[in-house]
Amino acid sequence: MHEELKKQAYEARKIFLTIAAKTGALHIGSSLSHIDLLTALYSDFLNVSPENSKDLKRDIFVLSKGHAALGYYVILAQKGFIPLIDVEKYGQDNTYLAAHPVYGSAPGLEVTTGSLGHGLPIALGMAIVAKRLGWSSKYVVLLSDGEIDEGSNWEAILLAGHLKLDNLTVIVDYNKIQSFGTVKEVLDLEPFVDKWKAFNWFVQEIDGHKFEEIIPAFDIIKNNKNNKNNKPNVIIANTIKGKGVPYMENKLEWHYLNIKLDALDDTIKQLY
Amino acid sequence: MRLAFVEKLTELAEKDKNVWLLTGDLGFSVFENFIERFPDQYLNVGVSEQNLMGIAAGMAMLGKRPFVYSISTFATMRPYEQIRNDICYQNLPVTIIGGGSTFSYSTFGCTHFPLEDVAIMRALPNIKVTVPGDPMEVRKLLDDIYKQSGPAYMRIAKKGEPIIHADFNNISLGKISEIRSGSDAVVIVSGRQLPSAITAHEILSKEGLNLRVISCHTLKPIDELSVLKVIKESKVVVTCEEHSVIGGLGTIISEIIAKNGIKVPFKILGVPDEFPKGVGSQDYFLKRYNITTEGIVETVHSLLNG
Repeated sequence: MHEELKKQAYEARKIFLTIAAKTGALHIGSSLSHIDLLTALYSDFLNVSPENSKDLKRDIFVLSKGHAALGYYVILAQKGFIPLIDVEKYGQDNTYLAAHPVYGSAPGLEVTTGSLGHGLPIALGMAIVAKRLGWSSKYVVLLSDGEIDEGSNWEAILLAGHLKLDNLTVIVDYNKIQSFGTVKEVLDLEPFVDKWKAFNWFVQEIDGHKFEEIIPAFDIIKNNKNNKNNKPNVIIANTIKGKGVPYMENKLEWHYLNIKLDALDDTIKQLY
Repeated sequence: MRLAFVEKLTELAEKDKNVWLLTGDLGFSVFENFIERFPDQYLNVGVSEQNLMGIAAGMAMLGKRPFVYSISTFATMRPYEQIRNDICYQNLPVTIIGGGSTFSYSTFGCTHFPLEDVAIMRALPNIKVTVPGDPMEVRKLLDDIYKQSGPAYMRIAKKGEPIIHADFNNISLGKISEIRSGSDAVVIVSGRQLPSAITAHEILSKEGLNLRVISCHTLKPIDELSVLKVIKESKVVVTCEEHSVIGGLGTIISEIIAKNGIKVPFKILGVPDEFPKGVGSQDYFLKRYNITTEGIVETVHSLLNG
């Protein structure tokens, strides 16, 4: 299973890089950072598909780090929500897939994001409703590490712990690089695990690129193991910005640069 | 008006389980009965207005009809981006209730004075903006808001305002309400200045002047055709509101006058572009800025006398 996911993620990165190079997309490092996590989420964790995408009780994923939308669109295309041909037209005139997800613009796009710190409160509202109504639906939010600086997240983190919303899962794409420097330099989050624990969350810390760590973490949440007090779940996924392309890895500038078309072949060759 | 809001909301919550009341830790002595009757349709999120609006958006996305309450400044200004992106951009049926007109919390200082709430709310696409003038308008507009499907903002006063309308026939979301007819001048008001305008009508009629009184409770969408008709039929036009002169009722009427190239003597009564200094009662501040019966009467006189 892990090998299969690895293949899917490799394929997703390849498609992503090709479209990014052809369309001049930005935030390359940000998408490469989350592709393994999203591949695992849509393959193994979320009960959502093109067939049930309008079902009120479906599981809902919120890409709160909306700037990493192109990688997300590629995953949605792989899962049949969006035609790949439309993702290939990303950013062109008179098309519908923006550089940040817009609610209702395509199946599978659950929430509008783009301004940081908005996704978690919205997912929290959903989780509160589902809990009150006794639904078994899951609500998952992907936060960037830089985004954690936003106070709105901490308002939601405080309330979710208070309300014991174990149907809510946050995944932090902890690649340690934010817009204008490393997380450590700009606004250090450490001790990060302790912060979540202090807010009454059930914390797991994993390597966000190893399926042999991602899948068991999901299993623990699905089976409600080890979480005796119905705490909301957080997975702190240690990731690498630009993961999969050696010359992009851990490089802040790949938040801003675009891939030149003549560098595409070489980039794909380097992809692992 | 606040009582009318809670009673109407209770009625809606009773017939529709999707109606929820959310608060940012405000509503002491107002919401207790609602909480007792509908504990599953109520949530206090704590003092966290950004979270409040995001949560309301998430709930609305799962089919709920959240009514979100806070003091007008905190309900609109602290979480403005959440209202813009989460609620208005996604066009969700969330109703924001702002408690208090500009000087309701008169001794609390400008942190509690919604001087600009209408201005900033009406700049947002998709939202309806209402400032009712009496408890009957509160009830009917809430009903109308409930029946539509997009975001709404309602600013309500909270000092036991008098009932003006005899029934609901003359109140409709998106329409103006004519309260008194008159051919010499018109005063267009929003919010709790409605009784002051009626008293002005009575004073002026003793002098033989007919002051038309219009309650412009819905500021967005503005009932432009009716407003235009009223303006064209009037010798002079006065607007009166408890709000900054920037971006509220006066601005809206100015825009209609300007767009249609109408030449008419016109004056806006409102709070000038400043943070009001000092401490005092609501009436003290209203008097300072002529947002009063006397202010309307004097303004009508001066405009008519050219």
